[in-house]
Amino acid sequence: MKEVSFGQFYPVDSFIHRMDPRLKLVFLIGFIVAIFVANSFYGLAACAGVLILIIAFSRVPVLKILRAVKGILFLVIFTAAINILFHTGDHVYWQWKIFCVTRGGIIFSAYLILRLVLLVVCSSMLTYTTTPVSLTDGIESLLTPLKWIRFPVHALALIMSIALRFIPILMDETERIKNAQKARGADFESGGPVKRIRAFIPILVPLLLSAFRRAEELGDAMDARCYGGKKRTKYKKLRFTWRDLVGFLTLALLITGVALLRVYVGDIV
Amino acid sequence: MRIQCEHLSYTYNAGSPFAVNALRDVSLTIEEGEFFGILGHTGSGKSTFVQHLNGLLRLPSSLKKYKPKKPKKGETPPPAPVLRVGDYDLTDKKTDFRALRKKVGMVFQYPEYQLFAETVEKDVAFGLKNFLQKGEKLSEEEIKSAVSDALSIVGLDGREMAVRSPFDLSGGQKRRVAIAGVIVTKPEILILDEPAAGLDPLGKREVMELLHNIHGDWCKTVLIVSHDMDEIAENCTRAAVFSEGTVAMCAPPAELFKNAEALLSLGLDIPLTAKLVLALKERGIDVDCDYTTEDFIAKVLALKGGRA
Repeated sequence: MKEVSFGQFYPVDSFIHRMDPRLKLVFLIGFIVAIFVANSFYGLAACAGVLILIIAFSRVPVLKILRAVKGILFLVIFTAAINILFHTGDHVYWQWKIFCVTRGGIIFSAYLILRLVLLVVCSSMLTYTTTPVSLTDGIESLLTPLKWIRFPVHALALIMSIALRFIPILMDETERIKNAQKARGADFESGGPVKRIRAFIPILVPLLLSAFRRAEELGDAMDARCYGGKKRTKYKKLRFTWRDLVGFLTLALLITGVALLRVYVGDIV
Repeated sequence: MRIQCEHLSYTYNAGSPFAVNALRDVSLTIEEGEFFGILGHTGSGKSTFVQHLNGLLRLPSSLKKYKPKKPKKGETPPPAPVLRVGDYDLTDKKTDFRALRKKVGMVFQYPEYQLFAETVEKDVAFGLKNFLQKGEKLSEEEIKSAVSDALSIVGLDGREMAVRSPFDLSGGQKRRVAIAGVIVTKPEILILDEPAAGLDPLGKREVMELLHNIHGDWCKTVLIVSHDMDEIAENCTRAAVFSEGTVAMCAPPAELFKNAEALLSLGLDIPLTAKLVLALKERGIDVDCDYTTEDFIAKVLALKGGRA
């Protein structure tokens, strides 16, 4: 019933959706490595090809993915502009004081844009196809080795999943408090920056109070159910399947390919 | 101020797969001076309806970016919605919605969770200061006296309360302070969403009593949204039953609860008095009452007296 729809998760059933979250996390890390190992257009094209395959198999609409790119559009344009203007080298096309546009600068910027976009699209593919809950499960499972050095992995995962669970609740609450204060004549849209920030105090104070109240209630409820102590079992167990094998092989192939390209083809810039 | 609403529809998340038709072609008129009840299940559209009355939810035609759609050929366009509160036309973009909000006070569910200021006085004065027109000023004394008036009508001692922190008060007191914070501007229409929710029976009765104190001189019209049938039966002059985004019934409680079967078929409860009337009817005794406890007891006693 709410105007806000939270989260990135796109609820369809697909090959990618069914993959193990651990594999997807590892894949993301591996993919990022590949993006930065690749130093030629062939390498980056290979990365992009794999990513397009992932998108095709995930059944997430392309429009949704473009929206993720839109979010970093400013960052991309800004970094590209800085790089074009300050990169020095041969083949100067244009120069003014300390700014110059060179062939190397343009190529470097193109690489940068491609890398940034690949990075963002790949990480948003992870959140589009994995629910926050299974993502935290995956992180918890991947961090298990840290338990040997007494790192509280389980507590960390719990904190993460509670935080994620509370985001929509708090957004709802914010909306409600905002409406209540609007009904009392609060104005959030006019005035200078200082006035606007001050206008949020009547929202923030009740919101913080209610967040603390909820946290306390949740803590009490967990206590009342004797949470903690013994080793906990999972309702949904993570299992590797043939899909994950396919994913793993793809990643291995990609990294090997990109590394070989780097060694034998070398830097094109 | 009279509330006139015709053909009002509202869809949340319009145009997305999550679209929900919260209101469908609702028509309802509420006269000045009524103590009006709005009944219905969760998700029946009652909250959506009342949020339209002070412009927290807007009709598309009152938004700046609105462009009228051209009707397709051979298709009759749906009747244009009408929503008027007093002299304010809520379908018009030129309407001053802040001025409207001053006239139509709204107390949300669990209003005590919207308190924020360091002292009760500052919190109650929040609305008062917000609604000042440009250039208009209130002196310290005027604010103080308005706040203490508002606190005293909700049954709190204005002088003693004013300097306390709203967070040190009891639950019932907080709710009264929150109500005072809305009525301090003397709105003509006061809307309350579940004003007695989460209170014990005594607290409920006290809240209803204070609403009756407010109704009349302070706020001409009072609208309460409620699940509690007894509350409606005891207090309201008229009530509307919302169901799946439409108004299923609208009548004075005495008529509404006569039709108990219809309410039950909508999955709603009926007041205790109506249940007793039904139980007596099954045993062949007809009690003709207006479903307030007082009247019911009087009528039953009269019957008993008549027989004995």
